[in-house]
Amino acid sequence: MVTSCLLCGVGGQGTVLASKLIAASAMEKGLFVRTAETIGMAQRGGCVVSHVRFGDKVSSSMIPEGGADVIIAFEPAEAVRNLRYLKKGGTVVVNKKPVIPITAALGGSSYTGDEMLRYLEENTGRLIVADSDRICRECGSPKVLNVALLAYAAKSGALGITVDELKNAVLARVPEKFHELNIKAIEFANK
Amino acid sequence: MSKKFLMGNEAIAHAAKNSGVNFVSGYPGTPSSEILETCAKIKNENMYVEWSVNEKAALEAAAGASYSGGRSMVTMKQVGLNVASDPLMSLAYVGVKGGMIVVSADDPGPISSQTEQDTRTFAEFAKLPVFDPASPEEAYEMVGEAYRLSEEYSTPVILRPTTRVCHGCASVEVSDVPEKHIPEGFVKDSKRWVIFPKLSYENHKKIEKRNTELSEVFSDSRFNSLTGSGRLGICAGGVSRAYMHEALDILGNPEVKILEVGTPFPFPERLAFEFLSGLDEVLVLEELDPVLEKALTYVCGKYHLNVRIRGKLSGDTANAGENTVNSVCGYISKLTGASVPEAENLPESPTLPVRPPVLCAGCPHRASFYAVKQAMKGKKAVFCGDIGCYTLGNAAPLDMVDTCLCMGADITVAQGIKRIEPETVCFSFIGDSTFFASGITGVVNAVYNQTDIVIIILDNSTTAMTGQQPHPGTGKTMMGEISEKISIEKTLEAIGVKSVEICSPFDMENAKAAVLRAAEASDGVRAVIFRAPCIAVSKPTGKLRVNESACIGCGKCIREIGCPAVAMKDKKAYIEPSLCTGCGLCAGLCPVNAIGGAD
Repeated sequence: MVTSCLLCGVGGQGTVLASKLIAASAMEKGLFVRTAETIGMAQRGGCVVSHVRFGDKVSSSMIPEGGADVIIAFEPAEAVRNLRYLKKGGTVVVNKKPVIPITAALGGSSYTGDEMLRYLEENTGRLIVADSDRICRECGSPKVLNVALLAYAAKSGALGITVDELKNAVLARVPEKFHELNIKAIEFANK
Repeated sequence: MSKKFLMGNEAIAHAAKNSGVNFVSGYPGTPSSEILETCAKIKNENMYVEWSVNEKAALEAAAGASYSGGRSMVTMKQVGLNVASDPLMSLAYVGVKGGMIVVSADDPGPISSQTEQDTRTFAEFAKLPVFDPASPEEAYEMVGEAYRLSEEYSTPVILRPTTRVCHGCASVEVSDVPEKHIPEGFVKDSKRWVIFPKLSYENHKKIEKRNTELSEVFSDSRFNSLTGSGRLGICAGGVSRAYMHEALDILGNPEVKILEVGTPFPFPERLAFEFLSGLDEVLVLEELDPVLEKALTYVCGKYHLNVRIRGKLSGDTANAGENTVNSVCGYISKLTGASVPEAENLPESPTLPVRPPVLCAGCPHRASFYAVKQAMKGKKAVFCGDIGCYTLGNAAPLDMVDTCLCMGADITVAQGIKRIEPETVCFSFIGDSTFFASGITGVVNAVYNQTDIVIIILDNSTTAMTGQQPHPGTGKTMMGEISEKISIEKTLEAIGVKSVEICSPFDMENAKAAVLRAAEASDGVRAVIFRAPCIAVSKPTGKLRVNESACIGCGKCIREIGCPAVAMKDKKAYIEPSLCTGCGLCAGLCPVNAIGGAD
């Protein structure tokens, strides 16, 4: 059995740390883990994707289309862009706040994110929408978005990692001065 | 042994340390950079680690360490191997004493590169053995074997990971006890270390003999394997091996005979013959060049085997870009007739926003490009760009990169254009790290040949694109030591550049004036150094905010500079506070002064 989680967003949103936290939780359970990251030019505001897979035996670090148990999207359009990776009946956790690319701002495009959320609602069996503005306001920092999204996925049961296991990974992997902030974000999502 | 979760690049670094590496050099380049950075992080008292000025310097220094009996590793990306190819081709003839690994990371796609060249082809060209890992854990294993082989045959050995191996992470079994290798020191032997035509002739014969022997050795290597059965075959190399295993699972494991190749050159011919015997058709799965496909076709011809080889050359697989589990599924399905499970049919999605990579909010390059663009408005000018973050200056609305070829070529390409178009002002844009890596020779060429060009040096005090590595101008080395900063302006002056101006690109009026002076001087080489640190190595100066009642919604702040922090919201400009660094570029061009400091 392999659990596959695809994280997607825009360069700079913190997908890499999020994938490391899932990997750490799975390693802690004695599972074999593979991940693949986007590093390089695309980190400058481009689309980034992290693949995280764990189980007894994992051949490829890259998730095939139709192979993801859960997609954690840091941005609505990126969820739609990667939706073909979702398994039938898989779960999507999406942050509802769009990142408007400069090309859209220049071209006067009307991209607002709402059309993407509607598309996701119509085409995803199980959709969990997170409100990053509210999370960041409640927790007092924009940096907790990644951990909060992970917590939503953990709570849904689709991630194969429990909320407590995620908490332990945060305590083990994140610098101590950020512990309180991140635990607060997890608890907010777990309410 | 202990289990560590490592990125492929980290696994290579750990393996080098555990193999007793004494000397590690390299030049940053995606996807290879983290190998050397990890070496620096985990180094012990027997290891020296440096970012060299470029790949040629790195490879030559590593060769010297290896001549002296030290175990060395030199790291670069595939286009870096082109820079290092002069010493590499000769070193293949001279050979080494201490084990030496040349890591050249390939980038199928390409994801962050200029070319889709294949280091396996380069290895064959250089007549050097090459290892091609499928995963981080295999890369770890291959490093140890490569050092053993390198010392047994006194030859440099190439390790060729690809992006998905370099930037993939896996649980890797790592030794906790690094081997300690004490180098013998340099032993004078001019018949061995001085390359002459006669030596090259003698060594050429030895190399060919050795490679025939290595082909035999590799036929029994644990990095090559023959499994399965039937009349249909699949031969796979690199990360495509992982895709193949996953695809076979998805397709319900149809009957096939499988040859996995981890040592593509010298090609394991005996093993390949055994594989091909009794087969009707073979599908070859590999990325970049059809290296395995050609080798199998050769074996078929040599032994008169009637086997159909399907791959890139036959048009059965894609000849450019990456493989994926899905593409490999399709190929295997076509070979075996096994059907691919039907994918869920999603309705057409709303138009997705495109996200080309852009210069960061607050990036000083944006201000530099804007200053030159403004200063040259309406004048005939060509802007020659180079490799680095500033290649992104080509995007709208800046549109300030007319050419980009390879490291250092901005300065020399501009000279050629100037000789054909004397009336045009020819600009070269080069970053600080690229200047040291391969820009200086071009400046000497321009001064010597008295070619009128304007060099704009974008000095952001770091090697930004590859992740903020130090370079000769930063005053820091990879051993964490402070070194004398090498001054770009003094270097230019010493070469004979008559006019060198330095200013901050954010001081827009001064910046434009400096560019104009340089453009109008037209007497040999002129340079303007725009100096402001990369936002990744400096603290933001504050955050700007739009005064909504003053903003007239003209959009000039967006249209002119294309900063990702600025967008329109309800017909007014809006500055995203999480991105703004307070650089002030947008505030300076607002016609109604609606942008100011946030309270």
